[in-house]
Amino acid sequence: MKNHISNTAALTFSLLSGLIFGLGLILAGMANPAKVLAFLDLAGLWDPSLGLVMGGAIGVAIIAFTIAKKRNLSYLGFSIQLPTNRIIDKRLVLGSLAFGIGWGLVGICPAPAFVLLGAGSTKGLIFVVAMVIGMGIYELLESYGKSSHK
Amino acid sequence: MLIDWNNFTPWTALAGGALIGAASALFILFNGRIAGITGILGGLLRPKLRDIGWRLAFILGLIAAPAVWLSFAALPDIQIEASDTLLAVAGLIVGIGTRYGSGCTSGHGVCGISRLSRRSIIATLAFMATGVLTVYVVRHLLGA
Repeated sequence: MKNHISNTAALTFSLLSGLIFGLGLILAGMANPAKVLAFLDLAGLWDPSLGLVMGGAIGVAIIAFTIAKKRNLSYLGFSIQLPTNRIIDKRLVLGSLAFGIGWGLVGICPAPAFVLLGAGSTKGLIFVVAMVIGMGIYELLESYGKSSHK
Repeated sequence: MLIDWNNFTPWTALAGGALIGAASALFILFNGRIAGITGILGGLLRPKLRDIGWRLAFILGLIAAPAVWLSFAALPDIQIEASDTLLAVAGLIVGIGTRYGSGCTSGHGVCGISRLSRRSIIATLAFMATGVLTVYVVRHLLGA
């Protein structure tokens, strides 16, 4: 069993997965923040398209995850790492509530942010840089929290 | 509720969604990993040498998508009305929030719901709720 996915085949599948994911976002309209906001705007002129994006994605992925749950190893021989945490805690709920506020402010979530970056959007770049800084702040708060509890 | 029939794109939405699902399927079945952008990116800030390559490769794939798309067709419209300041504030909130919540639209919304994970279903309902609420406050209460 290989825990580290680092050979050429694995890197190729990573690149391919990211690419297909990005093409899907573009085709679906998820790379256009105005369309995302139109989906979240229930009280305005509502564009339900993104509900179908989620439906289409889950419809395909649910088959793969049903298979993955029954296997220990991937088709390339790597261990299949499914999350084991089952606890619904404050971190999960408050973090997700906060994420939704940021998402609702501009209509950009993490994956489309990178597609916008690739499309040469300066606004996409600003969002990505701020998002990475935000994740860095999380890391700092986490390491501070751990060291102060010792 | 008023539906915007002129901008409703059911077929490209479904087909694009199916591609996103297929990418997530490839990733779990071949690499054994969840296609969650928050986790993939976040892991780069706590780098383990042998993990850096596949994480970067996935993100590179996302960044390359517009160029690959452009070699077949023109890119669809991208409209961002938010100011640079608002984008920076929103980016910060998204970065911190997704890491505390252990995922975003891809990891919880697509992969998590497909695994029938209760955590992910609750997370998705939570960020959908504040997403809708935020747009309501900004557009209809503040009138921006």
